[in-house]
Amino acid sequence: MGYAEITLTALPIGQQARVVNVGMQGLTRNRLLDLGLVPSSLVKAVRKSPGGDPVAYKVRGAIIALRSEESRLITVWPLD
Amino acid sequence: MNCQHVGTLKVLSKLNQDKSDAVIALAGNPNTGKSTVFNGLTGLKQHTGNWPGKTVVLAKGNYRYRNKIITLVDLPGTYSLLANSADEQVARDFICFGNPEATIVVVDATCLERNLNLVLQVIEITPRAILCVNLIDEAKRKGIVIDFPKLEALLGIPVVPTAARDKVGLAALKESLHQVVFEHKQLQPLSIRYQERIEVAVATIQREIEPFLRGKINSRWVALRLLDGDTTLITEILNYISGTGPDSWEQGSNELKAVKCYE
Repeated sequence: MGYAEITLTALPIGQQARVVNVGMQGLTRNRLLDLGLVPSSLVKAVRKSPGGDPVAYKVRGAIIALRSEESRLITVWPLD
Repeated sequence: MNCQHVGTLKVLSKLNQDKSDAVIALAGNPNTGKSTVFNGLTGLKQHTGNWPGKTVVLAKGNYRYRNKIITLVDLPGTYSLLANSADEQVARDFICFGNPEATIVVVDATCLERNLNLVLQVIEITPRAILCVNLIDEAKRKGIVIDFPKLEALLGIPVVPTAARDKVGLAALKESLHQVVFEHKQLQPLSIRYQERIEVAVATIQREIEPFLRGKINSRWVALRLLDGDTTLITEILNYISGTGPDSWEQGSNELKAVKCYE
């Protein structure tokens, strides 16, 4: 509570958030929706790769890796 | 596009020539143990076939159950049937135009929620679907409890738990499939309702396209895909209809284009 919307890129490791918007178009958007990353989904930043990008996220029971070029287009609502 | 489609039809007609009482499609996300289910059912008697023009491989195999020969077609593992990739297009085209008598969707019991997206997409195309919840042994190890009767009631299709690696549940899967295909067990799959304005648009398009589809393809599903602006599907439908129906290609083509402009 008390947080504002942030991009998924800004979500600290270990923290959970609720997806607000998947702000891209076309195939990338479809693919992310197919993987369960839809508005209101719970998402958790799990760990960073050695270079800091991509980052692994837990979504609907599965872990997926997203590059920052994708995650910065996704807005989330951080949860405690 | 045309070239690839000719190849698709060739493979399909080859399938139909085989001595078999029913063709069953096996769909599922990647890494759900779909091929293990396939091998478990067919006893590894599969041969793979290439869909010309694409690097997608389809495995095909047979088994006999209660005096019926069942041909299983192992579709590429996909997260979706919205044709974002060649794999997805092949899977979608087979379920849609390959006329399988039923489709088994294999899902991973350890991340069921994510897998249900594909299940909903499949039952939106065809009512003759069976859900195979695989890897129940791993789910149990992870402390995941699944309420199978409730899942079955919610989805309206048979749900069969399996651990294909240890051959658990495969007999039940064969029996369930037999009932759906040969005993015409009535299924009432969950029907997904969209927002009112989408439903209105779908109903309008459905009325327009129904005469062209002639009951061969689910018109509600086609209307939804037209609203998505899925042009690959329009091409496939036109090829499919023109390849099997007496009407001229051109006529159907113009009308469908008209529908597209209209929406």
